[in-house]
Order: sequence, then structure tokens, then C-alpha cells
Amino acid sequence: MIQGNTGEWEVVIGLEVHAQVISQAKLFSGASTAFGAAPNSQVSPVDAALPGMLPVLNRFCVEQAIRTGLGLRAQINKHSVFERKNYFYADLPAGYQISQYEHPIVGEGTIYLDMPDGSTKAVGIERLHMEQDAGKSLHDQHPSKTYVDLNRAGVCLMEIVSKPDMRSAEEAGAYLRKLRAILRYLGTCDGNMEEGSMRCDINVSVRPVGQPYGTRCEIKNVNSIRFVQQAIEYEANRQVELVEEGGTVQQETRLFDSRQGVTRPMRTKEFAHDYRYFPDPDLLPLELDQAWIDEIASSLPELPDDKKQRFQDDYGLPAYDAGVLVADQETADFFESVAKGRDAKTAANWIMGDFFAALNRSGAGLSESPVDAGKLGGLIDLISDGTISGRIAKEVFEEMWESGKDAGAIVEEKGLKQISDTGELEAIIDDIIAKSPEQAAQVKEGNQKVIGWFVGQVMKATQGKANPGVVNKILRQKLGA
Amino acid sequence: MSELIRLNLSDALAGLEKGDFSASELTGAYLAAVEEVRPLKAFITETPEKAIDMARASEGRRKKGDAGLLEGVPLAIKDLFCTEGVLTTAGSHILDGYQPVYESTVTANLWKAGAIMLGKANLDEFAMGSSNMTSYHGAVENPWRARGDNRPMVPGGSSGGSASAVAAHAAAAAIGTDTGGSIRQPASFCGIVGMKPTYGRCSRWGIVAFASSLDQAGPMTRTVRDAAIMLRAMAGHDPKDSTSVDRPVPDYAKALTGEVKGLKVGVPKEYRMDDMPGEIDALWQQGIDWLKAAGAEIVDVSLPTTKYALPAYYIVAPAEASSNLARYDGVRYGLREEGRSLDEMYEATRAAGFGQEVKRRVLIGTYVLSAGYYDAYYNKARKVRTRIAEDFAQAYEKVDVLLTPTAPNAAFPVGEMLDDPIRMYLNDVFTVPASMAGLPAISIPAGLSEEGLPLGLQLVGRPFDEETVLRAAGVLEEAAGFDAEPTFLAGRG
Amino acid sequence: MAVDKETVARIAKLARIEVDEAQQEALAGELSNILGWVEQLSELDTEDVRPMTSVVEMSLPLREDEITDGQRAEDIVANAPETSHGFFVVPKVVE
Ligand SMILES: [Mg+2]
Ligand SMILES: [Zn+2]
Repeated sequence: MIQGNTGEWEVVIGLEVHAQVISQAKLFSGASTAFGAAPNSQVSPVDAALPGMLPVLNRFCVEQAIRTGLGLRAQINKHSVFERKNYFYADLPAGYQISQYEHPIVGEGTIYLDMPDGSTKAVGIERLHMEQDAGKSLHDQHPSKTYVDLNRAGVCLMEIVSKPDMRSAEEAGAYLRKLRAILRYLGTCDGNMEEGSMRCDINVSVRPVGQPYGTRCEIKNVNSIRFVQQAIEYEANRQVELVEEGGTVQQETRLFDSRQGVTRPMRTKEFAHDYRYFPDPDLLPLELDQAWIDEIASSLPELPDDKKQRFQDDYGLPAYDAGVLVADQETADFFESVAKGRDAKTAANWIMGDFFAALNRSGAGLSESPVDAGKLGGLIDLISDGTISGRIAKEVFEEMWESGKDAGAIVEEKGLKQISDTGELEAIIDDIIAKSPEQAAQVKEGNQKVIGWFVGQVMKATQGKANPGVVNKILRQKLGA
Repeated sequence: MSELIRLNLSDALAGLEKGDFSASELTGAYLAAVEEVRPLKAFITETPEKAIDMARASEGRRKKGDAGLLEGVPLAIKDLFCTEGVLTTAGSHILDGYQPVYESTVTANLWKAGAIMLGKANLDEFAMGSSNMTSYHGAVENPWRARGDNRPMVPGGSSGGSASAVAAHAAAAAIGTDTGGSIRQPASFCGIVGMKPTYGRCSRWGIVAFASSLDQAGPMTRTVRDAAIMLRAMAGHDPKDSTSVDRPVPDYAKALTGEVKGLKVGVPKEYRMDDMPGEIDALWQQGIDWLKAAGAEIVDVSLPTTKYALPAYYIVAPAEASSNLARYDGVRYGLREEGRSLDEMYEATRAAGFGQEVKRRVLIGTYVLSAGYYDAYYNKARKVRTRIAEDFAQAYEKVDVLLTPTAPNAAFPVGEMLDDPIRMYLNDVFTVPASMAGLPAISIPAGLSEEGLPLGLQLVGRPFDEETVLRAAGVLEEAAGFDAEPTFLAGRG
Repeated sequence: MAVDKETVARIAKLARIEVDEAQQEALAGELSNILGWVEQLSELDTEDVRPMTSVVEMSLPLREDEITDGQRAEDIVANAPETSHGFFVVPKVVE
């Protein structure tokens, strides 16, 4: 919602994500998909559209698209058609992109967003289709020339189109995070937006609450979730101001300038883009048989939503915690090994608390963490069997992170074992009471607060190792509180 | 030496086998013939050095006893086939200097079979034409002249250079491509045999694409037997072409039994057009009588959609061409005309690089695919195609093969019809329907027009039934006994 | 279907072929003739005919996901009118 001068405005957002499919070879040629090679070294004559070259479809790319469709709970279309999208551009060698248009391989589906308040929101998937990536144009190598590298040309992309179901930048961010998680769980795309293996086009429009959709603008090729959210905020406000000042929104393609944090119209005017789609006569329609689809379905991993539900049901975690822990497979697995045979909520708290904090501070990935699941579990065991108090545990954890030693060893060395022995504590307490007659008197007069002061004194005397429960009990007896 | 070039492909193979002469001798004779026929402009590129090397290599293989199907036979290759390291132009200015780094599957098959390349044959630009007048490298001349008329005649098109070279005995045989009649019509104009196999029989990989759903390579030869031998070497499944069919290649020559007793030959009434010249009608009747005399059963059939095949073709072919030719943009190969912006460079390059007919077809194709017209034109044409295929399928429930004229007229003088595209397009009225249905068809020389120019008859068969087509063609060839010689014959001195 | 000069200019732009005024005039005539002749297709009822997808009765072949090409940049740029450091080079493009 945007509060304008004329009233409340609703932001309407739809996203088109281009996700690069994980495969060895390109969609229609045998050249490698690996990044970072010398210019035009991962190009076959097919990718360069040399005369007489013909496309042959990569079976695994089709499988990846089907797998993704199933992961998005979407309809798999047994009949799909590759068409030519005709337009001229320096990095589009054939003068057309082989894509899918009227008959995409995947139809409608749904993605459930995990919102910070623990709630979920359903966003519709319109379609998923397969297409070729274009090459790369480098405009900054020469003052008057553009350099073209075709290494990317022909790599398989999945274009995943959402319905205009999102209403805020926050939801758009949640959508992208969830989509990326699903693709990573499935192993169909590495989801790396910085390297461009996941690119996002944003459709934004605004409307007074309850009114029909306004004119939308498309913001092309935004390459991080943060930028997507910035671009939406800026563009939505721009449109509201424009309309409230009596202007009208032009349907146009805009680019996001991440330095200025603004969107502006593309300089190359899309003069009458007329793509002249028609079925590629070099290819036949793609007909899928149910057996293959079933086979792929049976091999799907447990996906974030199911995992989240299971974490709530089996571990009794709150929705929010479960959502955070399943955000990526590695974290979910880490949690499950820590929680094994332990109190799950304690495990979740430690992972989402001190552990994540330390991880963020170090900038390390889960796999490089000096404290592995086993060690963290060991620490939690020492808390639950009363060997150390929660307060001491935080100290121990920091030490573990520094030294990589496990909790038991550290507790031994530093003698951090908790003192629960009544005799030992009574002696200490008697000594303190003897030294503090007037405080003792205040307690006897009924000033409960002062008990806390005594606890503090005991803790000081034991460097925090005294068992707080036991200390309280003895104090109350001795002070007759 | 010149008697060697009189031998058709089969006889040359026999002579090489017997050791009457060597591949080098045969090749030498043909290289001389290629030079001699230069006035016909049948070749864009001559490759004598390559031919001599290939001939020597061929002799080596023959000595070692591993002679291939076409061992030592010199061929002309339509310049639409990409040949590794050899200029490949498609008859267009826009491919100036283009030297492929790969060899088309069909030519690779020929070389594997031991054939020898004499050079790259001239053609209509991007195979768009029926006269060979649209080639950037000059109009090919037909070795035939009309009686009492010294004007040069067109060889037909688009495989006009291939047809002209074979007819003038400047090659033992040639290969061409046929999209709407580009093998059969020039074969008819030049008095040779030309066959378009079933779509998918020969790989399209490495052939400069004109209309992908129609293009098909085929042999152009002096005899039906030669065509059978050539096709066997050319055909076969190619995993690099998604429309190439995976089925065994028969020994087509074995099909030439000379026997058509009981064969049902269909005569489609829709091919008898009101304004059809009497001599064409007469030749057609002659063909019917020959087959009947040989014991075939003649059956009248109807192909109701016939008259719509040509207009539908002139939507489908230009539409696909407009997209297939988009890659000629001055970026990765061929001609570039500089421009201040990328678009200016594109527009200048394509304006300078494409000839008039190519531009015309690219623009038509762009138009019929453009927003709002797709259903009215392209999709309509695809539906008409379905109807045409259904017509044939029904006919083949009653008959085994169809007999028709190849073209509605004989060769015409160079320069004619250029100003009248539609009249030019009508040259293909009898060949286009089989192309639209992807069916195998052959043209064989059956007689001469009143002015003494060759006329062909066409046989059209069931999908992948090249054998029946060849068998019937062999009988027709025998009956016709066509032995007339063109005005310009290499080695006649 | 009559094609006018403006239409010729528009499709020539789409096809990236420079066509001057005079040619536009001529082409408008030629294209109108051809399209007019093609119009006869409308006589034919194709109401419930399915558009032909392929003349061959076969299904789309699929290849295995194996690297079988590439590592031949010099081949790829061998015929290019202008290259630099292994890139194709074109006039500057503004986005
Ligand atoms: Mg899109
Ligand atoms: Zn896309």
C-alpha cells in the first residue's frame, strides 16, 4: 500500500524470472555451458548460426524443466512446441531465439511465500517455458564498438512467469527467495543472481484500492533481490506521483540504475516489436509420455514447504522457525542432525541465535563453520544435563568457535562445570550472609528484591558456575524468606 | 579423352571397375569439359586441384580393394551445400568469401562413397527461383537452344547450374536441392533425370536453408539408374538433423526391374489445366500410353486441393525464408556494409547483399508472419498443407504412383518473365504439391517440344517409396528412349 | 490484400533491409499482386483442419547431455568481417 495525496494505492507486481538450467551442454548444441571461458570458445557452429546448422534438443534440459514444473506444483503439458521469436540483435546470431510461445512445457502452478510473521501467501505461476539464452554484448571495451561473445548463446533458460499476485516489494523478495530455494532443492538452477544464472524482469503497476489494474511498466534484467525491491519501491512511487499529478503511465520497458536507485526508460526504443513467432520448422513438437513424467516425479527431493510442515509436526517448531531453517537444504540438514535425540526447540534457538550470528560475523558458509552439528549438539547436551548453565554455554560456544574444540573439553579445561553441590554452596552462602547483616535483615523484613542481590553475590563468588536454582532454594531457607 | 565424358555414371563406374581407365583420367576429361562449358556459367567455383587429389586418393582405395559406391566419379555440387574450406555462396553476394569449417552431411556421404568434386554449381540466389537468373554470379545458360532461335535459354532453377553441367556432359552427375521443384523443373528444362526424395530421407545438415520444412537434397543424373545409385550414397539417418528419418537405405538400383505389370498409376485430373500447352498435354498422354503398354493399370484420381498448393507454398516458403535468412547480418561471416549504428549496418548489408527476388520473398515472409496476419496467412497455409497431404494419402489408397507433367512449359529465353513474379512462380505448379506433402518425386526426359526443347514427365510416390518411383521411371525412360542431344555438348569440338 | 508504401517501409524495417522511396513504391505493387493472388486460399474451407506440423511421421529426437563441441573459437570467428581479441565486433549499441 502507498499512501498518496488522493488516497491509498495498491501496488501490483508480476515477475518473469529467467533461470539458467543446470546442464553440461547447451539446449540445442553440444557446446559446454560452463562460465568464464575465453570469448567464443564454448560455441558450436549451431550456436553461432553458421549457414546450414540445425538444432537438436538436449534430453536433460527437458527433464530439468519437467522437474521444475513438478516442484512448482504445476501442470506439465505433454504437448509443447518450440517456436522462433524473430528479432535482430548483435548477440542473437540466428536473428531468432528458439523459445516456446503458444504451447509451453509447463502450465499453471503455485508458490507459497513465507512471510516474516510466519504466515504464508500463495502466488500463482502463469507458465514456465524453455528457451535459448543470447550471447553477451560488451559495450565498454571500445569507444565506438560493441564486442560480442557467444559463449552464453544457446544455454538453456527456463522463463518462469508469475501471475500479478504480489502487492509489495517485500512479497516480491519473498517470492524470489522461495523460488530460488525450490530451484536449488531441485538442482535445476543454482539461483546465483550475481552471476546472472537467475535474472528478473519486473512488471509493476499501481491502482487505487479496489480499482482495475493500471498500466504496467516492465523493468528488465534486475540482478539481485535487494535491487528488485528497490526498483519496485521507486517505480511504484514514481507511478503514483505521476498519476496524482494528472499524468498517465506509459507502457514501456525501463532499466534499474542501481547506483542512483532509480528506474529510467530504455534508450533503445522498442519500436513496434513484432516478434513474428512461428513453430520452428527445424524441430517437431515435443511429446512427453506420462511414464517419464512419473519417473521424474518419483525422484523429487522433499521440497521446502513439505520440510517446513514436517519440522512443525515432528519437531514442534513454530512456523517462523521452520520457515527459516528450510530456506536452504544445508541449514535444514544441519538442524536435523543437531536436533537428533535432543530438544528441537533448543537446537533451533541455538542455530538461529548464536550460531547464525557467529556465522554472519565470520562471513563463512555453513560447510566451513568451525562448529559442526556434532559439536553444537555436544554443547546443548551439557546444558540439558545441567553440567553448565545457559549463561556459561554462551561463553563456551564463543570459545568453541575460536578454537574449534568441543564443548566438553573446554568446560573441563576452564573448570566451567556448574556447582550444584548443596554443601559447597551452603558454605559460600553462609559466608556471604555473615558478611552482609543489613541486607539479610531487609530480606527478613520482606524485601524480596534483595534476594536477587544475594544471588548475584553467589554468582560473583563462583564466577557464575553456581546452579541458580539451587542457590535460590538455599537462600530462601537461610533467610527465612 | 572426350569419349569418357559420354559415359553415364553407371557405365563410368563399370569402366573404372574393369580398369579401362583411371579415376584421374576420367577426372581429367571432366575438368577439361568444365573449362569448355564456362560460357554456360554452370559453375561458380571450379575445384580442379581438389578434384585431382581426390582422384588420386580414389585410385589408391580402388587398388586396396575398398572402392566405394561412387568410387572415382566426378560430380558437380550445387553451391548451397557447405563444403569445408571451399567457397560456399548460395548464389548470393551476402555470402562473399564464405568458407565453411564443416562439410554438409550429404556431400560428406558422397566423398565417403569415393566421389570426386569438380566444383560448386551455380544456382538461383538462396535457391529462390525457377530460371537461375537470380544468381549474383550470373544467369546460367541451358545447353539446349530452341530450333531456329539463337537466344540463350534458361536451365530452370534453382538447381540450374547442376542441370546445365550434367546436360552438357561437364559432370558425370550432380546434386541439387528441391524446395518446390528446384531439382525436377531444371531437370525437365535440360533433358536430364532429377529426383527429390521423401522429406527426411537426406540430411539437411550443412545445406544453406531456404524453407526448412520443404528443402530436400537429391540427385541430378543422365539416367534413372544413375539417380538410384546416387541416392543410395546420399541418403541416410543423420542425428544432427532433427527431421532426418531413421530408417534403412535400400539398394535403390535393385528396384529397377523394368517391370510395372499390375502397377496402379494415378492420373490426377486437376493437373490438366485449361491453359496448358497442347504439347504438354500430348506428352502426358504419351507417358500414360507407354506405361499402359508396359502393363501398368491407369487410374483416374482426384487431388482437389492442387490449385491451392502454389499460393500456399508462396506463404510457407517465404515465411520460413524470412527467418532463415535473418542470420545474414554482416556480423559473423560474409558481406558487411558499414553503418553508424548496428541497425544501419544491418540494413545496408542486407540491402546490398540480397538480390531483388530474395528481398521480395523475405518481405512477403515478414509480412505474412507479422502481427495480425499469422492466422490469415501462415496458419491458413499450414492447414492447406494438411489438406494437400490428405489428398495424396487418399489417392495412394487407390494407386501406387502418380504420373504428371513436370512443368507447364519448356525452357524459355534468358531475361523473360523476370518482370512477372507470378508467371515465374507458375513454373512450379506441378512440382510444388509433392513438395508440400514431402513426397518422393522424379522428373525424367520424355520428349521434345515443337521448338526442340526437352520436356519432362514427373512420377510422384508414397512417402519413402522411392523404389516404386524409380521402378516406374525406369520403364518410362526405356519407353521414351530419349537420346536427343543439346546444342552445346562438351567434347564435341 | 493491398500493401501500401508505409507497410513496405514497416516490414522492411522489421526485416532490416534498407529500401528507398522509389523501391518502396515498386515493392508495394509487387507485394500487393502476390498477396492478391495468394488471397484465393480464402475460397478453401479449412475450418476444422489441423495445421500441418511436419510432413514426416516421426517424433522429436532428443540427444544426451554431453559436451561434443566447442573449444574452437578460431573456427567460429574465422569468417567474421571484424573481430578483436576473439570477439565479434559491431558498431556500438546503446541500451
Ligand atoms: Mg519475457
Ligand atoms: Zn525469455
